[in-house]
Amino acid sequence: MPCKQGIGNRESGIGMARTLARLGFVGAGVLASMPAWAQAAAPTHIDSGDTAWMLTATALVLLMTIPGLALFYGGMVRAKNLLSVLMQCFAITALVSVLWMLYGYSLAFSTEGMQAHVTNLHSFIGGLDRGFLAGLTPDSRYQTVPESVFVMFQLTFAIITPALIIGAFAERMKFSALLWFSGLWLTIVYLPVAHMVWSGPGSFLGDLGVLDFAGGTVVHINAGIAGLVACLVIGKRRGYPNVPMPPHNLGYTVMGASLLWLGWFGFNAGSAVAANGSAGMAMLATQVATAAAALGWLFVEWIVHGRPSVLGIVSGAVAGLVAVTPAAGTAGPGGALVLGLIAGVICFFSATRLKHKLGYDDSLDVFGVHAVAGIVGALLTGPLASPKLGGFGTVESLGGQLWIQAKGVGFTVVWSAVLSLLILKLIDWTLGLRVDDEQEQIGLDISLHEEKAYNLS
Amino acid sequence: MARILLHRDISTARGALGMKWITAIIKPFTLDDVRQALTEVGVTGMTVTEVKGFGRQHGHTELYRGAEYVVDFLPKLKLEVAVADEQLDRAVEAIIGAARTGKIGDGKVFVSELEQAIRIRTQEVDVDAL
Repeated sequence: MPCKQGIGNRESGIGMARTLARLGFVGAGVLASMPAWAQAAAPTHIDSGDTAWMLTATALVLLMTIPGLALFYGGMVRAKNLLSVLMQCFAITALVSVLWMLYGYSLAFSTEGMQAHVTNLHSFIGGLDRGFLAGLTPDSRYQTVPESVFVMFQLTFAIITPALIIGAFAERMKFSALLWFSGLWLTIVYLPVAHMVWSGPGSFLGDLGVLDFAGGTVVHINAGIAGLVACLVIGKRRGYPNVPMPPHNLGYTVMGASLLWLGWFGFNAGSAVAANGSAGMAMLATQVATAAAALGWLFVEWIVHGRPSVLGIVSGAVAGLVAVTPAAGTAGPGGALVLGLIAGVICFFSATRLKHKLGYDDSLDVFGVHAVAGIVGALLTGPLASPKLGGFGTVESLGGQLWIQAKGVGFTVVWSAVLSLLILKLIDWTLGLRVDDEQEQIGLDISLHEEKAYNLS
Repeated sequence: MARILLHRDISTARGALGMKWITAIIKPFTLDDVRQALTEVGVTGMTVTEVKGFGRQHGHTELYRGAEYVVDFLPKLKLEVAVADEQLDRAVEAIIGAARTGKIGDGKVFVSELEQAIRIRTQEVDVDAL
C-alpha cells in the first residue's frame, strides 16, 4: 500500500506547509508560534463548506481561460485570426488536462523524498509516484477538501498559465508548434516552479520563505517572461509596426476582461483552499486592487493621450488582478489599493512605451502586463504582508521579506527565460515555429483551420 | 439580342423623355431621413452600398495601447437613384435637406445622364421602368 502511505504524508506535510507558505510564515518550522486560527488548519476530516467553495472556485478559474482569456485575447487580434486564438485556448485546456492527469499533478505536488530545509532533486520537481493520479480515491483528502477537488483546482492554474503566453506570439505561430510548446513548457517550466513554490517543506522557493498566495510568481511572472522570450524568438508579425493591426472587436475584449475579473475570485479567494476569513480577505483585496489599477491606467492614459480608452481601463484591471495575486491572502485593503494603483500606472507605461521603444512584437502585451504587474506584485507582497502596512502576514522585517521576494522573482525570471528559450529553439529547429508568409497574410483561421469566424452576407 | 430589341422599342415608342442618375455619398446615420425625404417626393426605389472614402474630411486617428493608427478612409453610404428629368430638382433637394448636418464630411451629390432603363420582369423601359 505505498500509495496510501503517500496520501497520509500529504495530509500531514504538504497541506499544512502550503497553508503556512501562503499565509506569510517565513520558513515552515514555526508550528509552536502559530496563532489559533492557523492551528485549526491541521485538519482531520473533509469540511463540506470548504469543499463546496473549492468546487465553485475551480469552475471559476476554468472560466478564466475559456472563455475569459480566449475572448480577451480574441478581441485584440485581427478578424482573420480570431478562431486561431480561441482554438489555442481551448486546445491548451484539453491538452493540459490530460497531461495533468498523466503526470502533471505528480510532478507538481508529489512530496516524495522531500524534507524541510533539505535541498535535493525533489526540492525542484516532484516524483512520479502520483502518476496517473495513483492512489486517488473518493476518501483522499487535501486539508479539509477531497484531494480530487484539489487536483482539479490546481489543474485550472496549470491550464491558464500556458494559455496566457499565446498572447505574445498571436497571429503567427503554427498550431502544431503551439501544442508542442504548451506541453513541453508545462512540463519543463511550469510544473517545477509550481513544485518549488507550493509543495511544502523541502520545496526550494517555499523553504526560502517566498510568499506567493495565488501564483504571481508561478503563473504570471513565469508566463510573462516566457511570452517575452517567445515573441523575440518567433519574430515580429509581417508588417509590424508599419501595417495597422488594431483590435478587431474590443467588445469581446471587454467581455473577456470582465470574465477574468469574475473568475479571478476563484483564483485568489480559492487559494485559501477553504471557505474562511482568509478567502474573504483575498476576495476583498482582489476587488480593491483591480479597481485601483483600472482607474490608475485610465487616468494616466487620459492625461498622457488625452482620451480615456476602453482597452486601457480593461488592461489596467487585468494588471491589477495580476499584481494582487501573490498578495491577496496577506495584504490588507489599504495595501491592495496602493498595489493596484502602482501596477496600473506602471503597466500603462510598460505596455504603451517600453514595447514601442524596444521594438519587440509582444502582440497582446503578455510581458507588458503579466510579467511587469507580476513582478510589481511579487515584490510588494513582501512589505505589504507586514501588519505595519496593514497586512496579515508574519514578516520579520520589511526589507528582509522584500529581498526574499526579489530572490523568488529573480530565480523564476531566469528559470522561465532560459528553459523557454531552449524549448522554442528546439521546436524551431525541428518543426518550425512559424507559419509561412502566405498563411500569415491570409490569416491563421483559413490557413490553419479552414474556417472563418465571420461569414457575413 | 434582347438589348438590341429593346433599344428599338425605346427609339420608336418613347422618344426623348429624359432620365438622370443620381449618385450621393452620405453619412451613414442620415440614411433613414434621406430615404423618407426621397419617398415623399415620389422616388420609389433606390440602391444603397456601404463604401469607404475621404474628401476634405480625411480620417481620424485611433490609439490602442500606445499604437497610433491613422484611418484615412471613413465609412460612408453610396446612394444611387434613377429619376425622370422633372423629378431631378426635388430629389436632389430632398437628399441635401436630409443629409446636411453643416459639418465637414456630409458628402456629395453627383448627377449624370441616364440613357436607358429596363424593368426585367415586364421589359417596360425608361421612365415606366423607374
